Amino acid sequence: MTPADMASVVLVGAVVGFDTVSFPQAMLSRPIVASTLGGAIAGNASLGLLCGAILECFALETLPVGASRYPEWGSASLVGGALYADTPSGSTGALVMSVIIGLSGAWLGGWSMIRLRTLNAQRARRNHDAVASGDPRVILGLQLSGLAADLLRGATLTALLLAISLPLRDIAARGWTQSPDSTRLTLGIASVAVAASAVWKHFSSVPNARIIMLAAAMVSGLLVFFT
Amino acid sequence: MTSTTPPLPLRTNVAMFVRLLAIQGSWNYETLIGTGTGFCVEPALRLLPGGPEGEAYRAALARQSQYFNAHPYLAAVAVGALARAELDGEAPKQIERYRRALCSPLGSLGDRLVWAAWLPFCSLVALALFGLGAGPLLVLAGFLLLYNVGHIWLLIWGLRVGWREGLRVAPSLGTPILRHGPQVIGRAGAALGVLALPLIFDRIAGSGPSGIVRLAFGILVALAAAVVLVRLQGRLEGWKAGLIALTLVALYSTLRP
Repeated sequence: MTPADMASVVLVGAVVGFDTVSFPQAMLSRPIVASTLGGAIAGNASLGLLCGAILECFALETLPVGASRYPEWGSASLVGGALYADTPSGSTGALVMSVIIGLSGAWLGGWSMIRLRTLNAQRARRNHDAVASGDPRVILGLQLSGLAADLLRGATLTALLLAISLPLRDIAARGWTQSPDSTRLTLGIASVAVAASAVWKHFSSVPNARIIMLAAAMVSGLLVFFT
Repeated sequence: MTSTTPPLPLRTNVAMFVRLLAIQGSWNYETLIGTGTGFCVEPALRLLPGGPEGEAYRAALARQSQYFNAHPYLAAVAVGALARAELDGEAPKQIERYRRALCSPLGSLGDRLVWAAWLPFCSLVALALFGLGAGPLLVLAGFLLLYNVGHIWLLIWGLRVGWREGLRVAPSLGTPILRHGPQVIGRAGAALGVLALPLIFDRIAGSGPSGIVRLAFGILVALAAAVVLVRLQGRLEGWKAGLIALTLVALYSTLRP
């Protein structure tokens, strides 16, 4: 990855991290989008998409509900997709490491969002009197400083993840001993297991959903059998 | 709309809409989206008697910047309704009471419709496209267009209905999309999820040397693991379990001779 590519990853990482909550929540931060963008920056969007689809399966169970604590998928997925797409051989070891970086980076990103929210709360507390008097400059200032801090958070997180994970990716790409077939099978099982449990958790309580799932499973089975 | 309240100028409407996209910019554990709500209502408050320099403007902005919580998309309903109430000159106590009352319904309706139904459904559509072999452009365009049609529509609808109804906006929250949407989308998501998962598995795991046997074996193992994850709900999140499992695989695969 060239320095220009790395700079682009950090810049786009700031944007997708920013999209998670602050602006505009257009879901650029979903793993399937961010990782594909990372792959495109590194020169192979299709490899980024593969890494992103695996991460999306894991992300399917986490909901960005208000005050709850959830992973920040955007910046980490972008780094994961860029790292995998940048591997010359497209090694399956590098794919596993990119997914691990995406998952652990999302965890770190979630923690960084909590820290930012705590800092925002401190700023709000300090300016309580000015807000209570309806000072428009203070209210606008709180909003804009929160937005700027989140943009900075995304950029810093992306740069940090990139710096830590490049050598890890190289170790995994060079020293991977498991066969590509069994590695892909492992990734498929892990990601689809989490996605299947997420589908059940989200939708099984909807009236008639269980019957619909059973019917869909039968159709799916028949399609697999006859094709 | 009462005859004393003029229609919002286009420029004010656009400013409020754009600001709604950033309503969570200063999200914090003290006032949640309170400051963001004040920030979104502010363009309309400039139309109060005396303009941005007037007392009415500052008093209204102070009221609208206190603690508030709602789903970020459905907060558009509150922003429209509260702007209308302020410009109609409703009593401050009544506005504050109504503002507090809006928090809970706008939070739970939005969470059920968007976070628990629309987002996972759109995510499954993207994964299904991927499973069917679509390329990066189609997957991204399909997902982003589909999701954001719902996102933008909710913002525009919320702002319009809020402004139109003012403090009488509550009955509008009983609209069929908000009442039945989560169930309809949930059923579609349930069917799509079950249909798409084998395709997704096939594309991630690859066909391999033993084709259908590999596919059937992989899906059965994944389903067994999914049952365990569902049983562990509340104690262990699936993505954390996945991270632990993959880290162990990576350590084994790189460290063994």
